[in-house]
Amino acid sequence: MALELTFAVQNRDFKAAGDGVSELKRVLQEVGFSPGFIRRVAIAAFEAEMNIVIHAYRGRLQVRIEPHQIVLLAEDEGPGIPDVALAMQEGYSTAPPEIREMGFGAGMGLPNIQRCADKLEIRSEVGRGTFLRAKFIYPDPKN
Amino acid sequence: MGYFHSVHLEQEKCKGCTNCIKHCPTEAIRVRKGKAQIIEERCIDCGECIRICPNHAKIALGDELEKIREFPHRMALPAPSFYSQFTAPGGIAQILGALIRVGFDAVFEVALAAEVVSWATRRFLENYQGPRPLISAACPTVVSLIQVRFPALVGQVAPIEPPVNVAARLARAEAVQVTGLPPEKIGVFFLSPCPAKITALRRANAAGENLVDGIIPILFIFRDCREALKGARKIIPRAGPGGVWWGRSGGESAALGRGKLLEVDGVQNVIKVLEAVEREELQDFDYLEAQACPGGCVGGALMVKNPFGARQNLMFLTRDLAGKSLTEEELAGLAQKGAWRSTRELKPRPILQLSEDISSALVKMQQLESTARLLPGLDCGACGSPNCRALAEDIVRGQALDTDCIFLLRERVRVLAEEVVALARKLPPSMAGPERSNRD
Repeated sequence: MALELTFAVQNRDFKAAGDGVSELKRVLQEVGFSPGFIRRVAIAAFEAEMNIVIHAYRGRLQVRIEPHQIVLLAEDEGPGIPDVALAMQEGYSTAPPEIREMGFGAGMGLPNIQRCADKLEIRSEVGRGTFLRAKFIYPDPKN
Repeated sequence: MGYFHSVHLEQEKCKGCTNCIKHCPTEAIRVRKGKAQIIEERCIDCGECIRICPNHAKIALGDELEKIREFPHRMALPAPSFYSQFTAPGGIAQILGALIRVGFDAVFEVALAAEVVSWATRRFLENYQGPRPLISAACPTVVSLIQVRFPALVGQVAPIEPPVNVAARLARAEAVQVTGLPPEKIGVFFLSPCPAKITALRRANAAGENLVDGIIPILFIFRDCREALKGARKIIPRAGPGGVWWGRSGGESAALGRGKLLEVDGVQNVIKVLEAVEREELQDFDYLEAQACPGGCVGGALMVKNPFGARQNLMFLTRDLAGKSLTEEELAGLAQKGAWRSTRELKPRPILQLSEDISSALVKMQQLESTARLLPGLDCGACGSPNCRALAEDIVRGQALDTDCIFLLRERVRVLAEEVVALARKLPPSMAGPERSNRD
């Protein structure tokens, strides 16, 4: 039994950012996952969504929900990440100044996803785009 | 488990319109058989439906002033927002005096307890190491909203009693001391600006602590009090401006006066802020003052005056209190006597689950998603559910049918009508004219 949800994400669409995560959160609450687990998934999904909004041209979030795990896929067409290890460091950011002025792009996105997920995989190709896969195990091993 | 609520429907007045269902922040109302029905487990007593109902069919259950006569000694506990409803040349002192004229023997200002709670909150924040912002527990609707929609945040709610609870304990203890009567002979009555505080106090009573003996909605006693203002003897207030500020949004923060504070009012705005707190976007803030009513308690659903005018009036009334404040020692003493620290553990209220176990809930969720795709997405409410997704949820829960949607019903009727026409055109060969073959 698996349920798949897909959300399209557009570059610079700050107004809609978070809508998909709100819907995801509601679905997870109705399915009955624990509040702490839902929060971890929601934070990671929001950061992944924001990464696309800030850096990519377009992309999508796909969430596969199963009783024992949730897999979050974030795929985008965009500039890609030249050095993934560097991007994983807290505070490292390539967000342009106008984005930083809006309070985003503080270089915490990927580290936050790393912190929330039980397993994280990132593949990126410069000039093409980025593929992110985060896995969350249930019941929650962190609580 | 049943939940007591103070928001109720007057059946005769309800015309079955869909205004309330669309404004309920927890989608707790459905229209069935021409009448609104409140789903008790989902209701957070915010009073939005009371405000929006054009037929005034939603009411709050509260006590009438007559109830005070059952007690030999009657204490009035006016919420700080109570003052905002009156214009009196003698200020708050005259308004307190009016309460004696309507039949109370003494007044205990909830504003005083609010100052005590501010003091306790300052102390608590000094040593608080948990996730930020710490969320105020003063607005019972916000607390219920967190339990229902933001269960991950229950641990972030301050374990501090709301001012009215502290006031109720202090008032009874003081009255016992002054009168020599046993505690049960003292009638402690809260004058409430909102249904949520009625619900919260009734639940506290049901849980075993008899905090108050009655809760009178401010709109129930407004006229009596306004008339009693003339010729009312002044009672010098004990609370300073900080406690009275609590009656409007931003007041609690102003009274706290320290740290990086965030303030939000209006239930939809509160939802937005709590979503951001949940995403850990607001960790820079130490404390969140969140009030469900627009403008804070002055905008409560059981108030009489326009909330914006009331807010200004409250600010005007507090000018008389300038410079008035309690000493650290007084505050510490009252805080201890009023038992400021909340001992009840706040638990999530997981009311949204489609099923007890995750596998079968996932099956239902798939049905829900596919049902939602069939619905028109107009969110018209004609089916009696607040929006198309809620109808899909009701269908999956077995509480509604897809033909409750007038657009799906219309489509089915059209298909049926076309079939009927097609059938009507068919004639038996014995009757068929030369054009039969063309028609088919």
